Amino acid sequence: MKIKSIYYIILLLCIGNTIYAQNETAKKVNHDFELELEGEYRYFYDNALFEDQEDHFPSLAIQPEYKAEWNAGYESINFKGFFRLDVDDERTHWDIRELYYQKAKKNWEFNLGLKKVYWGVAESNHLVDIINQTDAVESFDGEEKLGQPMAQFTWITEKFGTFDFFYLPYHRKRTFSGKKGRLRFPVVIDKDDLNYESSAEEWRQDVAIRWKHYFDIFDIGISHFYGTGREPLFIFDTTGNINAFYPVIHQTGLDLQITHDAFLWKLESIYRHADAQDFFAMVAGLEYTFSNIDGNGLDIGVLGEYLYDERDELALNALQNDVFFGSRIAFNDTQDTSILIGGITDLESSTTIFSLEASRRFGNSWTAAIEARIFNEIDDNELILSNFREDSFFRISISKYF
Amino acid sequence: MRTLILAGLAVLSTITLTAQNAEERGLQIAKAADQADQGFNSSIVNLKMTLKNKNGQTSERLLITRTLEQTTDGDKSLIVFNSPKDVKGTSTLTFTHKIGADDQWLFLPSIKRVKRISSNNKSGPFVGSEFAYEDLSSQEVEKYSYKFLEEKGNLLIVEQDPVDPKSGYTRRIVTYNKDKGYRIEKVEFYDRKNSLLKTLTYSDYKLYKGKFWRALTLHMVNHQSNKETVLKFSDYNFEAALADEDFTQVALKRAGQ
Repeated sequence: MKIKSIYYIILLLCIGNTIYAQNETAKKVNHDFELELEGEYRYFYDNALFEDQEDHFPSLAIQPEYKAEWNAGYESINFKGFFRLDVDDERTHWDIRELYYQKAKKNWEFNLGLKKVYWGVAESNHLVDIINQTDAVESFDGEEKLGQPMAQFTWITEKFGTFDFFYLPYHRKRTFSGKKGRLRFPVVIDKDDLNYESSAEEWRQDVAIRWKHYFDIFDIGISHFYGTGREPLFIFDTTGNINAFYPVIHQTGLDLQITHDAFLWKLESIYRHADAQDFFAMVAGLEYTFSNIDGNGLDIGVLGEYLYDERDELALNALQNDVFFGSRIAFNDTQDTSILIGGITDLESSTTIFSLEASRRFGNSWTAAIEARIFNEIDDNELILSNFREDSFFRISISKYF
Repeated sequence: MRTLILAGLAVLSTITLTAQNAEERGLQIAKAADQADQGFNSSIVNLKMTLKNKNGQTSERLLITRTLEQTTDGDKSLIVFNSPKDVKGTSTLTFTHKIGADDQWLFLPSIKRVKRISSNNKSGPFVGSEFAYEDLSSQEVEKYSYKFLEEKGNLLIVEQDPVDPKSGYTRRIVTYNKDKGYRIEKVEFYDRKNSLLKTLTYSDYKLYKGKFWRALTLHMVNHQSNKETVLKFSDYNFEAALADEDFTQVALKRAGQ
């Protein structure tokens, strides 16, 4: 109910602004509407570890987008909605990914509403990226995000780089798989079971700042977030019960990329402080692309990253001392065919996760994608991953764009 | 004997002189063409790219290109894809440099990520077309060495050899029109084995602001694969008065959102 009221406030602000803008003379408004329909099928080929879990997950998703821009594109309203229907009741969900008003003028930009912001440079783990809550039921790689209510002010300077200031008035909880869903713990976690450290609960007023600059071949970002963390903190008691809550955290992040010839050298690291937990985590690696190998556009990139997390087995993503290796193959053909294959392996145990993502366009408005995640020899001592050891899956999806 | 040596020297110096003249004249023409196009400040143009394979099947891409002229260094450009729809919003920001590698960033709208990418891949095709990245990047005088070949009426034919060893070409044969502000009429591209790879023809020229010639149609034919790409430019806008602030990573995200 509370989140709904935010939507209405933003909607009103947006409409107000549109009317105001239209009153001014000679301000042509460009409207743009897009729609994506997706059919998806996920198949988990191993017998489920827990009761009630299903193997087959046919699913449908719809994603409408609307944009109105005026003032030569320096002012706009952007909307992106999302709805998915799935076998798992918790994966059946809707979200307003984006609904914001934007105004840009010379060296500043202002955004108000629900928006998505991405920070970082690494491929295998996105440590620094903290503004949006992860839509955890939507994808395994954590790249799908929930719309975050914010006021964002960006100040661009020529000599000192770009400064971003965020005011984040509302926290959104992470959704976990329901009882029919895979990739869950033995106990089904309802997102409402998780509490907040802050007495203001989801209405704790959070802030973040980021500085981003580039010099020659260096791209650097330094950020600080103070507020309710996006990752819940899990505390396992002796009886096997899980106590989980969202702590108030300070998180400082660094992201650095050096782009030299066909080499991309990458580093992301964070230090997170909360009353219940302090830790350091990093991911460092490189990407090298052999381009136009056959004289026909074939690019083969090789990726390697080292992942470290001081939380050890409590790291929610289970990447405490691991190596990621992978290859990105782009055919650069008219169908934009591309393949990403990789694996993450634990340096201290047998645990390995293999992954494959491939996509291709058909005609002018269809795309098909294949994804596979294989959990291989998951160590029984993996506190979190051991619950997913029977959850290897294949996913195929077909999208139509209107 | 002495006369023979002298005569030999004379012949040699004439050859060197002619060679130097050919190089100098080639460079002069390239500089004149560059000069003729100076002062446009900024432009915005819509681009329809039609890709045709050897069986005649076609596919289209729609893009918007914004360009900001720089005098001391190479131009800045921002390209946004509007179609196919699955890549709508994908955008690139490029700072070309007269000397050394260009700086380039890619915006991926689905995850809102800006990624600095290597500009090392010059010879690869741009989005599956017959245009290589280097064919579409800002043409700076410093990027080639020159040799004037011949004059045919108002047409001047110059050989251009790329300075960068990563270029996909040994040479380009460029036809300039000296009566029309040294605009380019045709370019022939020779691959690394020095055989004719592609021919690019410029047509539908239009004069903007009484000074700047812009071809509204570019037709690239690949003689080795028999594939073709046609670029159709429309709605050239030289009045937008774009500035450096319109060519930042913040502007890149804004353009592709």
